[in-house]
Amino acid sequence: MEPETVAQSPKTALLVLGCPQVPVQTSIALYLVNRFKKAGITPVIAGNKAANTLLVVADPDRHYIGEVMDLDRAVAQITEKKRDFDRCFVFIHNDAGISYAATMGVISKAKLYVLVYGEHEEELVPQITFPCTKIAAKAVHNPMPLKKAIDEVAPWAA
Amino acid sequence: MGCVEALSYEILIRNASFKESRDYIRKNFSESIDVDPGFKVFDVYVIGVPPIAIGLDGDFVIFPYTKPCHGTFLLRVEDATEAGRLRALVKK
Repeated sequence: MEPETVAQSPKTALLVLGCPQVPVQTSIALYLVNRFKKAGITPVIAGNKAANTLLVVADPDRHYIGEVMDLDRAVAQITEKKRDFDRCFVFIHNDAGISYAATMGVISKAKLYVLVYGEHEEELVPQITFPCTKIAAKAVHNPMPLKKAIDEVAPWAA
Repeated sequence: MGCVEALSYEILIRNASFKESRDYIRKNFSESIDVDPGFKVFDVYVIGVPPIAIGLDGDFVIFPYTKPCHGTFLLRVEDATEAGRLRALVKK
């Protein structure tokens, strides 16, 4: 007898953007989107207006980025159990980023990753005491240290 | 989803950290409740590292509101109904 095939929904990853004042965020977000798509994972970006606009304006025909949503709306939909994701990546370069990551850890069933970068990366990492996979690098303008740290974890393969 | 701009609020502190916000409430208000992120105050889901403190002062509700670029604001809103609802949660 032929084995029964069970259809599985595509895997999803939510990228929670922080304030876009640190340049590496937009670059790393696009990099992760690319890696997830190649791995068959559907990426969804959630950020405030400024962070989302930086991506949308640069990719008007949406060749690279996929769905983009307002961060408050994402929090509401996850909290109300209307939507959830398999993986969640929170960009952190300030205290607010830690708050959003801790929130995702409570409201979402997604496997949580935090990407810590920027001038204050070394001070922020010890403050993250909730369960998550930490990926950290002192990256401000040059995304390569953070890209290297991400590649070592390869979250698209997990 | 609610919008904080729909509320008539006073900002008690601005650009704070989540810890400063929690400490301010515990130090300055005799009544407070601890909630998890995603708890709804008025029509707003609170963001933060648990436990998140929400203060009560008569008919006033004091709660944190976090924005990615500006940190945490502590807002004070007068609303007897919401203060009563939160106070009832403390008694449970």
